[in-house]
This record gives sequence, structure tokens and C-alpha cells, in this order.
Amino acid sequence: MQYLSPDSIEDAVRILSDQANGCHVLAGGTDLLVRLRSGLTEPDVLMDIKRIRELSRITREPNGLRVGAAVSCAEMGEHADLSAAWPGVVEAAGLIGSTQIQGRATIAGNLCNASPAADSVPALVAANGVARVVSAHGVRDVPVEDIPASPGKTSLAAGEFLSSIFLPDQPGRTGDAYLRFIPRTEMDIAVVGCGVALSLDAQGVCTSARIALGAVAPTVVCVPEAAEALVGTPVDDTALARVEEICSAAARPITDKRGTAEFRTHVAGVLARRTAKIAAARAGEKA
Amino acid sequence: MALDSDSDIKQFKIVGTRPPRPDGIDKVTGRARFGADVTAPGMLIGLVLRSPHAHARILGIDTSEAEAMDGVHAVVTRADFAEIEDDDYTADILDNCMAGEKALYDGHAVAAIAASSGAIARKALKRIRVEYEPLPHVTDVDAAMQPDAPVLHQERANETVPPDMGGNVMARYEFGHGDIEAGLNKADRVLERTYRTEATHQGYIEPHACLAQVGPDGQADLWCCTQGQYMVRDTCAAMLGLKQGQLRVTASEIGGGFGGKTTVFLEPLALVLSRKSGRPVKMVMSRAEVLRASGPTSSTSIDVRMGMTKDGRITSAFAELRYQGGAYPGSPVEFGAMSAFAPYELENVKTIGWDVVANRPKQAAYRAPGAPMAAFAVESAIDELARGFGLDPLDVRLKNAAREGTRASHGVTYMAIGLEATVHTAKNHPHWSAPLGPNQGRGVACGFWFNFGGNTCVSLNITPDGTVNVLEGNPDIGGSRASMSMMAAEELGIPYDKVRTVIADTASLGLNDVTDGSRVTFAVGLATIEAARAAKREMCKRAAMVWGIEEDAVMWEDGAARPAGPNAGEYPPMSLAEIAAIASNTGGPIAGHHEVNAEGAGVSFATHMVDAEVDPETGAAKILRYTVFQDAGKAVHPDFVEGQFQGGAVQGIGWALNEEYVYGEDGTLQNAGFLDYRVPVASDLPMIDTVILEIPNPGHPYGVRGVGETSIVPPLAAVANAISAAAGVRMDTIPMSPPRVLLALRSG
Amino acid sequence: MNKIHVTTKINGDPVEYLCDPEDTLLDVLRDQLGMTGSKEGCGTGDCGACSVTVNGRLVCSCLMLGAEASDCEVATIEGMADGENLHPLQKKFIEHAALQCGICTPGILVAARSLLERNPDPTEEEARYWLAGNLCRCTGYDKIIRAVMDAAAEMREAS
Repeated sequence: MQYLSPDSIEDAVRILSDQANGCHVLAGGTDLLVRLRSGLTEPDVLMDIKRIRELSRITREPNGLRVGAAVSCAEMGEHADLSAAWPGVVEAAGLIGSTQIQGRATIAGNLCNASPAADSVPALVAANGVARVVSAHGVRDVPVEDIPASPGKTSLAAGEFLSSIFLPDQPGRTGDAYLRFIPRTEMDIAVVGCGVALSLDAQGVCTSARIALGAVAPTVVCVPEAAEALVGTPVDDTALARVEEICSAAARPITDKRGTAEFRTHVAGVLARRTAKIAAARAGEKA
Repeated sequence: MALDSDSDIKQFKIVGTRPPRPDGIDKVTGRARFGADVTAPGMLIGLVLRSPHAHARILGIDTSEAEAMDGVHAVVTRADFAEIEDDDYTADILDNCMAGEKALYDGHAVAAIAASSGAIARKALKRIRVEYEPLPHVTDVDAAMQPDAPVLHQERANETVPPDMGGNVMARYEFGHGDIEAGLNKADRVLERTYRTEATHQGYIEPHACLAQVGPDGQADLWCCTQGQYMVRDTCAAMLGLKQGQLRVTASEIGGGFGGKTTVFLEPLALVLSRKSGRPVKMVMSRAEVLRASGPTSSTSIDVRMGMTKDGRITSAFAELRYQGGAYPGSPVEFGAMSAFAPYELENVKTIGWDVVANRPKQAAYRAPGAPMAAFAVESAIDELARGFGLDPLDVRLKNAAREGTRASHGVTYMAIGLEATVHTAKNHPHWSAPLGPNQGRGVACGFWFNFGGNTCVSLNITPDGTVNVLEGNPDIGGSRASMSMMAAEELGIPYDKVRTVIADTASLGLNDVTDGSRVTFAVGLATIEAARAAKREMCKRAAMVWGIEEDAVMWEDGAARPAGPNAGEYPPMSLAEIAAIASNTGGPIAGHHEVNAEGAGVSFATHMVDAEVDPETGAAKILRYTVFQDAGKAVHPDFVEGQFQGGAVQGIGWALNEEYVYGEDGTLQNAGFLDYRVPVASDLPMIDTVILEIPNPGHPYGVRGVGETSIVPPLAAVANAISAAAGVRMDTIPMSPPRVLLALRSG
Repeated sequence: MNKIHVTTKINGDPVEYLCDPEDTLLDVLRDQLGMTGSKEGCGTGDCGACSVTVNGRLVCSCLMLGAEASDCEVATIEGMADGENLHPLQKKFIEHAALQCGICTPGILVAARSLLERNPDPTEEEARYWLAGNLCRCTGYDKIIRAVMDAAAEMREAS
């Protein structure tokens, strides 16, 4: 195995197109190193993208915030603008593993692992996040929910890598939240995760919403029916009860060492209700 | 204060204080050397090939391709070990370390390699070809007892097992007295319930590690993390066909054991690899190997039948306990059956224990082995009956409490014991009357552990400048160097910092039993005190010589020899340092030693109290408050006593809530890592309050009992009783993971 | 073999080493540099016994390649005491008996120092969550948390 650490996107693209399938992109490495160690993956080349300066920054663009693929979850939590605009996304990133893990892990890596239980992904999907994918053929922007294809597999083509995630600005009264269920208080993989982002009008009526569930299907799933149940309501108990019901019905989980299908189905609804309530409260606090 | 009649000490000056531990600086600076921290010149790295099957016949192993690789220096299989004919116990350990005809569980070692680097060894492992014939497997204890269950061993049951039992039942135990049926007839209510507990792992943070070197002359050295270097020596010598005196084992610092390091796994493999390669061999387990192939606990299934009158008297108590101990005989069901009802004075009591084998790793001791599961069943049943009658669960325990003179169900009659004191103290503690909020519940439970004594040697050397070295043969797993130094200093009447205690290798002292059964502070402490007394006698003799008076006219007091009375003559006291300085002129160096198979260990009891809150929508339980009340006998170093109480309680909380071995349909372990084998993390817990009670053990010069193990016995039941109260449904299965609690809530 | 030459700083000292691409920083520290204070309890980032800081940020050295440490400032347990003077956290761990076997202690001390650098006055809950990635199996965390809180108080008074 070879270790390469290019300092420009151009060099990174060149390395990737030369190596195609034999190259793994190394961002935080908190999942990749475990897979390497256990022999689950044996790449010819490991390409570390953390020396590429523009991937290591959070930048303000005219219509939103761009989080570079090498930005650690800890750095996200320390970024005032990002934390104010997307507290749910930042909380989700801050739930990935321990303090130590958050010092290395990135949301781009979390997304590209394509785990159905990835903590940041439901929050990013709810936030309408857009992934920027680069390759020798140029740049393309892809909705975050289209990146994972199945457990462990992404929709990225050979020679492509994810350079950043863009979080588009939302109307004034928008709030987001992420909750997950784990057996302990920290350190576990989500048994169920839920991200919600919603906007309210001046009267407190929901004008738009996005709800995404993690760990209840092969990929993180968007639940538009649940979002529709909120639109036009003041996000009251009646509407939240509908969200709960719809989200439980939308869950298609499996039984594994982390939880039973029955448990996940039930908790998906509970979490969706609780998460939507927090998101609505956050939206309501904004002017 | 408790002091035996041989003591010249009027009041403890050091015992009962909290001095810093002598190994503290090494351990906070990273200097302390643990199992994996040593190297040797020319060292090879050893790795193990493990069975991917839960149960399979090994038809053949082809190592030739691996052996031919550059950098590979030795490949070993079972054929490289001495077969053990006359000792089933050690033969089973050998078979567990390296499979013979069959692989009996997922992770069972089938071959090992030593190579010049870890990378080469990893590659070489993949070149060993093992031909397996997979066999049907069974991992559940109740399933393993079914008549049609796959059988692991032919004809291994002992004479206690009736012939109609399934082929996986290895032994039957029975304890008790009285007439169960007659007692049940006197009860106002009879409760019958089956309780289940899953297997857990000790979860020591330091994986097993060792470094072995065997010379062509058969002289061998082994460095390893273990709870008993003498056990390692004797077991490995048998497996290699070495004499015990040829193998010197040095215990490294040990990164946790809790019973899990009371046997061998890698050590014999490293020795055989070293012998075959002629090079030092280092082996370190990965965490996955630790979970798959060291010694977790039994999983259990326990039926309880208990009768109680409406005023809380237990009229009859019966338990049938089924423990699978992994692939070999020797589950701790005997301890379970002995300890189940040990806290109570019962007229009619009986326990039956079944030792069962299944396709899981051979269980190893885990802190009070066998007792927490039995206590979970019994203490849950008492709680359910007490609450059913609207009685205070602590009053019910007091009403039935064992005391001095009680004949326990396992046949012994207690001397002075502390159970009632722990329950009384719990009842008067502010925790018991603190208000609870919605979805919160409070649980209590009692627990018992025997405490051990055993073979022990201590040597105590007085240096010429009057400082003292104590040599003891049990690894310091949680502050025992401090405790021994304290007891030696107390007995000699010198300051604590004048004593340094070191852990001996196997060539430096006679036999010391493994660090288990909470025996060290008791037995090694006893031997340390006796060794100090021997040194004092010698020092009195030297003083008598200098003064020209009779030996028995000299006494020891406050660190100095003094004339025993006015008739002995008037001489100024001669201090330990003064006597040491002239030792060469009075007969030579001064030392004391003591060798004993210690008896007189005092049983100990605890009562635990816990508040839990249950989220009714998810089944998640949170521990809000926890208090341990335990009889320690004399607490030599109260900080470490509290630490043992807290550590045991939290391990019990982990067992109660989220720790479990999860096996798949294929019999392979699904959660072989700290990600999914969920030990408690700091944010899961409140502070763990402790109340130390000191009811002296009459069998120890200072009144010491063991403290390490009793603390894990009550928590499973205490937490279950709290969660059952909070949730309004009785939890009878451990762990009470959120899916289980939610299921109980929604169906109950 | 394609060894990588790395120049970096560890505990303030300039260090050079050659490592294989797959060697973790923990492998390099323990096996090449003889710095065995950082422990491998799991190799998967779940126990925190290998905690070090890299450029001031707390990480698991088992989840970072040796090659990634090029031109960094790495701080390990070996650099925590200033010569003979123990760090206040080290002193408090001994004073409070916050260790039993001691295997997790180096990682917890490194993690706790990182907490107090960022937050000199943490609540008990903040300390517990910050340290959630450091498993201790002996103590039940009680005395560890007390030692950290006490060290924090002492350091605040001293500053």
C-alpha cells in the first residue's frame, strides 16, 4: 500500500484517475483505519486529502455555507456561523463517536461510508445538503441523499471523490434538529436516527419541512409524507402524532445486534415526533 | 479495632489511613510496564489462527505454505504440545488454548505463527489451510440441555449427573436443608419465576499479552499480564513438559483482570513458538480476540420457587440453576448454588445446580463468579413478593437476615457477619427516603461472597539503613502494594514510606495462589504481618544480645525494641534502624518470612440501593443515584475499598443494562468489539456513593475481610428491582436493554 | 516496502522516523519510539487508552496513521509532567486514588488535560461527556471525575 497526500484538488483528481478502484480517499480515517486494520479493505493507494487547504475550511458562499471534506466534526462545532445556522447538523456531527473521534472524523467521510446508521446523514438530508463531487471530468453537485446507494456503497463513479458539502441558506424562521437513539449515552452507533428541518411563517405555521430517518432502511430515507403532515400546521400535538405514525410506518428496519425491527419501528416514530418538536421550537425562536 | 492476641499494637496508626500508592507515579506518567510494553532483542511476533466455526471437526491442518514464507520462524498446532493424561482440568485448559480434534467455538485457536514482523505473521496466517467438517452447534444453555442438542464431548459427565440428562450436562450440585414442600404450604403466597442472564465479559482494558523465551537447555522465562504467575508457571510447565523450576514467570503490571486473567491463553503458545524458533516471541491479543476467545461468564437460566407469609417471612426457598460455562466443564454454578440464599436464615432451602457445556469460549472467573446471576434471581423474587404484600423490601430482608450462628444453605455456620448492619444502615440512609419523580423507581438487593485464603508466601527484608522491602507473589491489581506496605509498616511501627513492596517472580518465593476470591488483602496481608512479626522477634533477639539480657525480656513497641518490664533492666529503646545498622555484628542480615495455606477468610455481605428512570417510549433506563453499603472487615486503605465498591457496582450496572454476548444463528459472536459490547461510559453514570462498614473478621490479625467481589453481586438485582418499579413491569431477563424493556412495557 | 520518512515534533522534541503506510501513530509511538505510555486497548477508537493530542486536538492514536503525523505537534502522556513536577491532574489522580490498575490512566489524563485547556471550569456532566470515549473498567469513574474536578479547581486558583 502507498500513502499519498496531495496538496491540491488537481493532484488528488490525477491520483484518483490513475488509480481508479485501487485508491481509497482518507479524510478523518476513523472508519477506514478500522477497516484497514481488520483486513476488510486492502487498497493499493491511500490518498489523504487533509493537506488540501481548500478542503480543510468552512466557507461562506452567497447562498449558504460550504463544509470542506477534510473539516473535522470538532471544527464544525467550533464554527459560530455554522452552529447558529444548522444546530441540528452540528449536533449530529458532534454525536459521531467520542471527543477523540470528533477530532478526526468528517461529515464527508460519514456520508461516503454509506452506513444507514451514519449520524450526520439524516441531519444533512433534512438540511437539503448538496455534495460536491469532483473528478477528471469536472465538478457535479448531488443531493446528499443520492450519495449512499446501499450499505457500504456510494453512487460515486470510479475516479470521483467528494470535496465538500454545501448547506443552502433557508428562510428566516427555519430550525433543524437531530436525535438518535442509542443504548448508552455516548459511543454507540445509532439504533435509530432522525433529522428534521422545518420553516415557519410569521404566524408559526409550518411552510416547509424535511424529515429523514437513519438506521431503519438500507440507506438513510427521506419521509416526505411525514413532512407534508407538518406543512400548514402549527406543529402541534395533532400534527406531531401524525408524524410519529407516518415515520413508524415508513421504517423498514432489520433486527440485528443493535436492536430489533420492532423496536426500531416504534422508536423511529417517537424520535421523529421529538425531533420535529425541537426543530419547530428552534424555528420559532428566530425572528 | 480488631487485633489478635499476638499484637503489640495498641491502636492503628497507618491502617485505615489513605497514603498515596507506591506505584502511583509510574502509572500517571506512563512509565509503568504492562503486558504489551516489553520487548526483547531478536523478538518475533506471534499470532493465532482461530476457528470461524462454532463447532467443527478438524480434519487436517496444512502449515507448509506458511512455514515456507520468508520471515516465518515457527508454526505450531496441537501436535507441538505435551498431551496431559492424568489431569482433566489442565487437559481442558490445553484444549482451550489450542484445539485438538474439534474446534468447539467461534474463535477457538487452531494454529499459531511466529514471524519477524506482525505484517508477515498476518500474511502467513492466511496461508495456513485448515480443513474443517462443520458440525451442528448450540450456544444457549437451555437448548444445550435438550435431549436432541448437539453434543460437544462424549462421556464427560461426572458421577453426580443422572443418566437421562442430555450429553452436555457435566455435573450436578445440591445444597440446602429442611423440607421445601412443607415450607411452601406455610406460605401466604408462592412465587415461581424463571430468570435469565446473558454472558458478559470482564472487559479489562488491557488485552492479554506475553513475551516468552525458551532456551535450548529448557530454561524458560515468561513475562505476562496475569492474576497469578505461579498458576501460569504450573499450567504452562505441564503443557510443555517442563519442570516448574525451569520456567520463571514474571508478572507485569496488570491492566485489569477481574478474574479473566486467572487462566492462560497465549502464554503456552508463545512458549512453544519460542522453543520451536529459538527466538523470543511476543504475543498480544486484539480486542476481538479477547472477546471471542478469552473467558467470559456463564449465561444462565434459573428457576426460583419461593414462599412468603404476608408479614414477610420466607417459609421456603428453592432454586434450580443452569449455567453454561462454554465448551468445557467448570461453570461456576456450584458457587451460584451455594451463594444464592446465603444472606438469609431459612428453615427450608434447597438449590440444585447444573453445569452445562455449549459452543462458546470456556468461561473464566468474573468477580464473585456465579454469584451475581443467582442473586439476581433470588433478590428479584424477594422483591416481587415483598412489594406484592406491600412490605418494605429492606424490612423483609432484615426479617430473614442471616446473623452470627445462622446455618447457611451451603452448610456453614456463620461467625460474626455484617449483613444486618448493611441493611440497617441502608434503611437509615437519606437515599432510602429521598423523593422519586415520575417514571423513576428505587431498588435494593443484598449480596454475598465467600472470600478466599489459600497458599501464600511473603518475605520481608530489613535493609542495613533500616528501610524495608516486602516481597509478595500476587500482582498488584488495585493497590495491594500500598496495603501490604501499610500492614508491614503498622506491624513494624515504622513510617509507611520506609517500606517498599515488590511483586516477586516465581523463582523468588514459594507458591502463591492466583489473585482470586478477594484473597490478597486477607491472605497476603496476614502473611505480611506474620513475616513482620518474625522479623520483630529476630530484632528483639538482637537487642537482647546487645543489652546482654534474655530474649524474652525484650519487647517490640512503636518501632523499637524495649526492655519488657522494670525487671529487665533500664536500656534506651533500640529502633529498627539502629538494630539494622549493626546487624552484621549481631548475627547477620535480618529478614522475616511467612508461608501459609491461609484459612479464616471472613465472608462478606453488601446491600445496594439504586434509583433508575425509564423512558416509557423507548425503554431506555438511566441510573440516577447509587449507594453501596458493604462490610469490609477492617478497611486497610479506605480509598481502595471504596474503589472496589464503586468498580464492582458499575460492572454490575453494565451487566444489568447493556452488556451481553450476542451470538448469530451461525454460532459466531456478533459483537466482538467495544463498540457493540457496551461497557458503561462515564456519561452513563452518577457518582457511586459508598458506606464502609467494619465488622472485624476474627480470622485475620487486623480483622480484614476481602472486599473486591461482593460489590458485583447485588447490582443486577438492585437495578432490576429499580427498573421494575419504575416501569411497572417485572424484568426477569438480564441485560435490560432498551428493546427488552420496551417489549415488556408494551406487552405487560 | 515503501517506508515513509516523517519529521515531526513529539512532546516538543524534534523526531524523525520511517514508517510503513499502514502503521498507526500508536504503532510508531510504541514499537519504534519506545513510548509505551499510550496503550492499545481496542485498536478501533472505542476505548481511548491511546489518546494523544495532535496540534492541540485530542485524538485516538490508533485511528491515525504515523504518516499523517508529519509536521505536527504531538503530545503524549510521556510529556505531561514537567521533569519531576507532575501536572496537577497527575497529582490529583494519585491523591484521589483515581486509578486502580492504571492501564486507562495515561489516556484519561491526556483527555482530561485537553478538556481543561478548552474549558477550565467544566461541570461534572461536561467532564463525563468529554471523557465518555475513555473506558475505565476498575473505578466506575467516580474517583476519576472527582480528581478531574479537583484539578480543575486547583488550576483555576493557580492561574
